[in-house]
Amino acid sequence: MLRTPGGYWDPLIWLLVFVVAILIVYIIRAFGRSDYKGGEQTKPFLSGMDVPDEDALHIRAGNIYWGFMRALEGYYDVLRKYHTGIVNDYVAWFVGVSVILLVIFFIVGVI
Amino acid sequence: MIYNIPYMASAILVIVGLYAVLFKRNLIKIAIGITVLESGVNLFLITLGYRENAVAPIYTNLPEGTSIPEGMTLPVPQALTLTSIVIGVAVLALILSFAVKIYQHYGTLDSREVRRLRE
Amino acid sequence: MNMSYVLLHAPALLIAIPLFAAFLTPIIDRFSKRVRNIFVLAVLIIEEILMIIFAWDVFTNGIHVYTMGAPNPTSTVPLQSAVPVRIVLEVDGMSAFMGLISTTVSLAAGFYSIAFVRKETGQGKFYTLLLLMLVGMLGMEFTGDMFNLFVFFEILSIASAALVAYRSYYGDAVEGAFKYLIISSIAGSIVLFAIAILYGQYGVLNIAALAKAMKSTTLDMIALVLLISAFAMKCGSVPMHFWIPDSYTVAPASITAMLVVASQASLYALFRICFSLYGNTSYVATSGAILILFGLLSMFIGVTMAIPQKDIKRLMSYHAISQTGYMLLGVGAGLYLLGNPDFSTHGMAAMEGGIFHIFNHALYKGLLFLTAGAIFYKTKTRNLNEIRGLAHSMKFTTIFFLIGAFSIAGLPPFNGFASKLLIYESVYHVNPILSIIAMLVSILTLASFMKVFHSAFMGPPMKDVERGDVPKSMLFGMMVLTAGIILFSIIPGWVVGHIVHPAAQSLANQSAYIRAVMGD
Repeated sequence: MLRTPGGYWDPLIWLLVFVVAILIVYIIRAFGRSDYKGGEQTKPFLSGMDVPDEDALHIRAGNIYWGFMRALEGYYDVLRKYHTGIVNDYVAWFVGVSVILLVIFFIVGVI
Repeated sequence: MIYNIPYMASAILVIVGLYAVLFKRNLIKIAIGITVLESGVNLFLITLGYRENAVAPIYTNLPEGTSIPEGMTLPVPQALTLTSIVIGVAVLALILSFAVKIYQHYGTLDSREVRRLRE
Repeated sequence: MNMSYVLLHAPALLIAIPLFAAFLTPIIDRFSKRVRNIFVLAVLIIEEILMIIFAWDVFTNGIHVYTMGAPNPTSTVPLQSAVPVRIVLEVDGMSAFMGLISTTVSLAAGFYSIAFVRKETGQGKFYTLLLLMLVGMLGMEFTGDMFNLFVFFEILSIASAALVAYRSYYGDAVEGAFKYLIISSIAGSIVLFAIAILYGQYGVLNIAALAKAMKSTTLDMIALVLLISAFAMKCGSVPMHFWIPDSYTVAPASITAMLVVASQASLYALFRICFSLYGNTSYVATSGAILILFGLLSMFIGVTMAIPQKDIKRLMSYHAISQTGYMLLGVGAGLYLLGNPDFSTHGMAAMEGGIFHIFNHALYKGLLFLTAGAIFYKTKTRNLNEIRGLAHSMKFTTIFFLIGAFSIAGLPPFNGFASKLLIYESVYHVNPILSIIAMLVSILTLASFMKVFHSAFMGPPMKDVERGDVPKSMLFGMMVLTAGIILFSIIPGWVVGHIVHPAAQSLANQSAYIRAVMGD
């Protein structure tokens, strides 16, 4: 049992509650009919459009979070512009951060 | 004043090395810049061991009248500088071999062209 | 040769055994490949066992010092002088903790590499450099001497750079290694410059002797700034993190797992300098605030750059940057509160959270990189747009990936949740906004790993990939790390009480660190 400043965390109790919850789900599932094998209601539904066949149905990785990327387009443009891939820029960032840290430490030391 | 000249030279070497790494596009020039930077740091390291009017810290054939620890320069920075020079040689050899392989694969040594890995 | 003799010489043995093995490996490689593999695995297993025994002794009995070359290893200061004159290895709780991480991940990477690089050329050199990486990491973590830290830092960076370029028939592997070596050598030169400044002022190189003689002049402040920025660049905190995705992506998968632990060795060096060298000066609060700022930037920018990536290892390396931000946040909050009266409750808990996160991160990040390597071994590509449906054939890899993904996202009951909970609850008292940003980053981490899981493992199976999982030695390497994750998930209280708490306490206790070398 791990004691944190706000309380405690015990993974064994969590696992116990999880197992109990799985049991309850299983008991509720056992109340249903066991002879239903599927049909029109288990096929994928795409708002009435024609469903493509198996191979083309899988959404590829570049398209998954397109809404998120479109909403944060301004932020991502700035961020990608800085990730250039040129090794001179990598060292320039290091020199810049060192200078800023020196200035910060000087100012805090004078105050 | 004259005893400050090695320190100023070390600072100038470090600044020249950083300039070469920051602003030169050819990969070989970046390697040269790293070597100059390391030379500046080595010069700084060995200048720290100097004592005025002192001899090298070797016991055989000492000149007359040198007092044994106080009349010799410090030997520890000399050991540190030797280690650092050897490390610098190894790093330079590896950087240049990478530059050779990059030229074989990319056909160019411009750091703005050698960036298949970006963003 | 009884146990107390071994424990007395253990700091030197743990560095010397892989060093000699690394030089014997090319000779054995000339005769037989099977004997070389067995030899390397035997050395790694011996290292792991010796490290566990030694770490247990350090956690229960306190700091171990070892003077290299002295007639009696525990006498650090000779009779005629006031300062130590030889190289002193000083192993306290934090060093032993980091040593445990290094040997565990090296063992898993060694097992994994047996099958992973079987078809490549130059395997003898691969295993030599792997053992040299282990030597560099353990040397950085055990040393009590600043120049020795620099030497092992350079050993580690040269061995790692050569291994990143291992597949030199790919152009981008050599490009990633070039960038890694430029960054490492600049960081090394700046570290040497700062060490020279400190040596010129005080005339000693030993960390404990320097800490005792520290007077907080302006030159000391310049040395502190140079050391912080150089080691922060080497461990991948955000304004200087650009080299990490480039070099982690192109290295072979087991080497990427070792590179994660190599970056954590630089993180350890950063903490050692901030806590044990400058722990008594007035710069503590400012450096704590700087570390918290680096941590925040790393967390947020790391995870938002990870979401649009299409290369699986590049995505995971941005997550490595993000998780390093958690460690910097936790330990930085502890450093910030170091002089305050409520250090013993919130500051200590923040440091424990950050330090526990170091071990958890090495385990689950290593596991995730090894599964990405398994995907590359099967499908010969790292592009997520081109693969799908691997769960049909690679069942074990899918389970390992799920365990790693749930752990990095901080879902209960895994160990990622336990360390993140410690960080959330204790950093809240410094500023509530830090806790909110940490939780937001956790959600985005889960989002990006669900993206990887869906595109790589779900869906109909690919046509031209053969059935069956990856070879057994790769599965065994992943199993070592999974066993560590599950063990830490089930008993976090015991782990924090017996392993993390001595580490955090020895980091915060500068006077015990000085007293172990300098006497009283």
